[in-house]
Amino acid sequence: MSETFTKGMARNIYYGGSLFFILVFLALAYHTEKTIPERTNADQLTEAVIRGKHIYESNNCSGCHSLLGEGAYFAPELGNVFHRRGGEAGFKYFLPAWMKAQPTGVPGRRQMPQFNLTDQQLSDLTEFLEWTAKINTNDWPPNIEG
Amino acid sequence: MSSQTLFKFESQKVAKPYFVFALMLFVGQILFGLIMGLQYIIGDFLFPLLPFNVARMVHTNLLIVWLLFGFMGAAYYLIPEEADRELHSPKLAILMFWVFAAAGVLTILGYLFVPYATLAEMTGNNILATMGREFLEQPLPTKVGIVVVALAFLYNVGMTVLKGRKTAVNVVLMTGLIGLALLFLFAFYNPENLSRDKYYWWYVVHLWVEGVWELIMASILAYVLIKITGVDREVVEKWLYVIVALALISGILGTGHHYFWIGAPGVWLWVGSIFSTLEPLPFFVMVLFAFNMINRRRREHPNKAAAMWAMGTAVMAFLGAGVWGFLHTLAPVNYYTHGAQITAAHGHMAFYGAYAMIVMCIISYAMPKLRGIGEAPSNKAQIMELWGFWLMTISMVFITLFLTGAGVVEVWLRRLPESGAAMSFMDTQDQLMLFYWLRLISGVGFLIGLICYLLSFKKSLQTAADDRPVPLPAETA
Ligand code: HEC
Ligand code: HEM
Ligand code: HEM
Ligand SMILES: [Fe+2]
Repeated sequence: MSETFTKGMARNIYYGGSLFFILVFLALAYHTEKTIPERTNADQLTEAVIRGKHIYESNNCSGCHSLLGEGAYFAPELGNVFHRRGGEAGFKYFLPAWMKAQPTGVPGRRQMPQFNLTDQQLSDLTEFLEWTAKINTNDWPPNIEG
Repeated sequence: MSSQTLFKFESQKVAKPYFVFALMLFVGQILFGLIMGLQYIIGDFLFPLLPFNVARMVHTNLLIVWLLFGFMGAAYYLIPEEADRELHSPKLAILMFWVFAAAGVLTILGYLFVPYATLAEMTGNNILATMGREFLEQPLPTKVGIVVVALAFLYNVGMTVLKGRKTAVNVVLMTGLIGLALLFLFAFYNPENLSRDKYYWWYVVHLWVEGVWELIMASILAYVLIKITGVDREVVEKWLYVIVALALISGILGTGHHYFWIGAPGVWLWVGSIFSTLEPLPFFVMVLFAFNMINRRRREHPNKAAAMWAMGTAVMAFLGAGVWGFLHTLAPVNYYTHGAQITAAHGHMAFYGAYAMIVMCIISYAMPKLRGIGEAPSNKAQIMELWGFWLMTISMVFITLFLTGAGVVEVWLRRLPESGAAMSFMDTQDQLMLFYWLRLISGVGFLIGLICYLLSFKKSLQTAADDRPVPLPAETA
């Protein structure tokens, strides 16, 4: 690098540039905070949904599944499983039945453990996945398969 | 040779257990990676003894923890030398080593032998829920332990720098380490709203690997280059500032490439795409930096292997983070690739190239000195080390290529067609088995490389003894 561009100048760009972009980043965080309630239907974020999220976390579902594209890539996306498996009419029957039927025991097929959740927990989990499916995700995923 | 001539301050020795333990955990990480590689193909392998999610937690958490051990070892080694004084408290450093090692081992045993929900309940997750989110699966006591160790560590190296000489290398390194610890505090924040949870989760994950960890990587690289090339410190430090400036200027707003589809507002589609497109720049400058300094070297350092790691980490980080990152970072592309095997391909090469390799770089430079072997291991040992270097690196290139192949087919079958025509997740996986076999075979190649690398440490002891110059009669008298 040429002599006219000194170490001091590089250092100032580092400090000044970082500080500037941290401030922009915080402003965007503020904007995001303002829009999240509407985009996520925060008015429908019930106690059941909150408990459902806790069950999702406490059983490490994200160790096999992705949720809105994040987590693991070993098992189906669950962000839109509500739409894929029954929707308004059927999902509340699908999910508990699915959870109770695991593991399938099909030889060689990827297995999902039996979590022994109570009916109340299954219902909370259903509510959580339904609420999640209705988040405004800029139209992701591209199709029903997730 | 006495250790006095090999490194300047006695207290630099505390780095050694950190490096040794880091490499032990690395072996564990790879073994669990291989188990998962097989579970990807034979779905019920080890089920229900070791479900996939447990193996994955062990694999990724061991990765993070061994890298943290490596970073701490690097800091304990280079900060006294840069600050030109002994470490504030070597005793505290050794004590923290044992605390962190014990917390790490207990956590892994907890994952392996206690069902996750039980572990969560036992460790206070109902009081303060922090668990069950990718990379942040650790029980609350472990997370608190990490904070305690980090605080003691920052106090220790911080006092050393404050009382000693401040160089660009140790100031940038300190900034990176403090940032690492501060951002980790977001691990304790788990909002009830999933979108908000994800939004701040990335403050830990993205702002680590594409923010403060880049500061750590660049300063370790700068230190090793100063040592092995003898190039003027002023020049090296100018490069260092350019690299870290580019890293933060692009990387902070670049966080937006994770905010496309999680419920955050549309402005992120633009901000994330534009700024993350700039993110390969610091990695590219690191390549120029490493090659330039080594070409302009003022001395022939006998440790060729360390120089190879320095060039290798720059190139592989640029490929893994820069090229493979850019591949899927634009919102219209990421719409189709988000959360599929292309992400895994990128994650593997980026973590290996940038962070696993920079840790092996400082280990390669410092270990021969810490072990009292000399400036460099014997030729034979270096050749063995280079076998490890090439086998691991080439295997990682293949792992990345095969996962990318899997990812492209996966997107083609499952993401691109309309609903109705698209293939289901599980059916798509069946189509990818060939790629997964090839990835697994490459993973075995990686393990062989790792074994060669570890054997090189043994070799340097044996051959160091053989190569020892015969003392002159006058000296023995
Ligand atoms: C060890 C890995 C693993 C864990 C942990 C896991 N799953 Fe699964 N899950 C799977 C696999 C594999 C499938 C696909 C099974 C099949 O098709 O045979 C699946 C399928 C599903 C499905 C059906 C998806 C669809 O599109 O049909 C739902 C719903 C589901 N899991 C929910 C959960 C929830 C909720 C949790 C956490 C309590 C969880 N899973 C934890 C592996 C796992
Ligand atoms: C050598 C053989 C290896 C194999 C077979 C392997 C396999 C795997 C598998 C199957 C996953 C889970 C993917 C999923 O979620 O479905 C994974 C995750 C991961 N592995 Fe490895 N791995 C190996 C080595 C490594 C190395 C050397 C590193 C880094 C230095 C690494 C870093 C990671 C990371 C960061 C993740 C999380 C990826 C993400 O979330 O996208 N792995 N690995
Ligand atoms: C050394 C630096 C880097 C490391 C260690 C790294 C690692 C990772 C990992 C592990 C993930 C998966 C996270 C998850 O589990 O959800 C990821 C995702 C991602 N990375 Fe990086 N990365 C680095 C740099 C970059 C750069 C420079 C870019 C862009 C140019 C980039 C673009 C992305 C994108 C777009 C995703 C999201 C993928 C998705 O939508 O699924 N990364 N990265
Ligand atoms: Fe990122």
